Amino acid sequence: MHRLGSPPTFYRFAGALRPWLMLVALAAAVVGLYGGLVLAPPDYQQGDAYRIMFIHVPSAWMSLFVYAFMAVAGLVALVWRVKLAEVIAMECAPAGAAFTLITLATGSLWGKPMWGTWWTWDARLTSELVLFFLYLGVIGLYHAFEDRRRGARAASLLALVGIVNLPIVHYSVQWWNTLHQGSTVDWLNLGRSSIAPSMLWPLLVMALATHLYFFASILGRSRIGLLSLESGKQWVRQRVGGQPAQPTGART
Amino acid sequence: MITVVQPTGDALGASNRVRNVVPGALAACRALLVRDFLLAWRRRGELFLPLLYAVIVTALFPFALGPDPQLLRRIAGGVLLVIVVLAMLPALESMFRSDLEDGTLEQWLLAPQPLALLVLTRVIAHWLTTVLPLLIVMPLLGALLDLSADVLPVLMLALLLATPLLALLGAVLSALAAGARGSGILLALMLLPLAVPVVIFAAGAIAAAQSGIPYMAPLSWLGAALVLAVVLAPLAGAAALRIAVEA
Amino acid sequence: MMHWLAMGGYAVYVWPAYAVFFVVLAWDWFAPVLRRRRLTRELRGRIARERIRKARAPRAEAST
Repeated sequence: MHRLGSPPTFYRFAGALRPWLMLVALAAAVVGLYGGLVLAPPDYQQGDAYRIMFIHVPSAWMSLFVYAFMAVAGLVALVWRVKLAEVIAMECAPAGAAFTLITLATGSLWGKPMWGTWWTWDARLTSELVLFFLYLGVIGLYHAFEDRRRGARAASLLALVGIVNLPIVHYSVQWWNTLHQGSTVDWLNLGRSSIAPSMLWPLLVMALATHLYFFASILGRSRIGLLSLESGKQWVRQRVGGQPAQPTGART
Repeated sequence: MITVVQPTGDALGASNRVRNVVPGALAACRALLVRDFLLAWRRRGELFLPLLYAVIVTALFPFALGPDPQLLRRIAGGVLLVIVVLAMLPALESMFRSDLEDGTLEQWLLAPQPLALLVLTRVIAHWLTTVLPLLIVMPLLGALLDLSADVLPVLMLALLLATPLLALLGAVLSALAAGARGSGILLALMLLPLAVPVVIFAAGAIAAAQSGIPYMAPLSWLGAALVLAVVLAPLAGAAALRIAVEA
Repeated sequence: MMHWLAMGGYAVYVWPAYAVFFVVLAWDWFAPVLRRRRLTRELRGRIARERIRKARAPRAEAST
């Protein structure tokens, strides 16, 4: 485990593991989508529109999971200054932002036929939007630094501030929503509590697929991140140059 | 304003006294406060910029929405709150920037006093010099938007709790962005998620006061958040400054 | 098949949602690939430049 922290070892390990993760993720996605789009019956209230759930809900779970993952990696990066943790934390941010964007877009496409509007300031939607801005802030802060390791540490700290903030946002938005009496979304809770097994298993399989996909994606992203961060190092030159570096190249 | 000038003599005395011994934490904070007030006073023209901004934006609202007093009265509280938040933004960005450029922050890190305490002092100085003037003209802006007299105290109280809270959160972000390249919009982007709960509770109190229902609950939440932020934000800000300064 | 594609009248909402899902994830998957290609090109160029410089250096010393 300790040796995995060294960039060349991780690079090789991630490269070996990644295709398998992606393969299993794709297989799970095929099974889950077949179950969700073909086998599962239409909902008695929402007809076929509810089938957006099979991508919307796993993406929403992922948007939170990735943030938590990023914050843990960021904590490791800040406390122990592990280069690999910095890279992983920073590569999590675009992936998490992608899932958050999917959640917002599919939620909007689901909300239009169900609530009659693309957007409502419901507690969940608003929290998800705030989460999206948190991701953008982390990405923006990271890229605003010349020195990328310093940027990674600053953005990791921002991610940690964000994870303290997130429950507060959720709670406050809920409080705000009851005060302002927004649109009624009772069906959401109603639908969730009485979900039929034929709808539940494709949802869970899709959740598994998105988790596996995320790990495959983050391994790939971290490999590239390591390559560019360590671009002066010998192992990167050997890997990129195609041929072993000159034996006399004893510089650095 | 005259009170700002007076401490200068005192500051000189303080710096003379501390020349030989390591000053206590409080003395360092006082010296820092005095220095910040002096710097603010030397550029006192800049202090009016947020005020001017707030007045201009407030004056635009009736033109955009029509002069209907009922409508203006209904939105006044929320509008003024948002204007204050926006007017705070530009000053937040430069809270640590010049100190990083001229090497003062390195002295902060080397100083025997706890860095978090210096950060807290800087936030207090920042609030007193850039935000307090905004709060002083609030009744005037409220009058422009026909804010009713019994809502005004609640608005002031909400702002008195919300603006220090925002300044503390903004200090953390400003410290994070201090080492980065030009970052005006970046700071706004980072502040938005943190400002959401603050704006919600402050606006909630104002809205409650406007419709005549008890408004103490959201204000208490703001107060609790402020107490928490006074303890935690300087620590986070200190960590951020260490990242900005150390290689 | 057509019946399935129609999604009970909700095809306009269901299929774009799935399209968004796959397009965004495809971007997430291929953006690093592009980044890798760019980085590789950059690094190869840098290595080649260094090699040329190293090859020239001894000659320059000999001439002076």
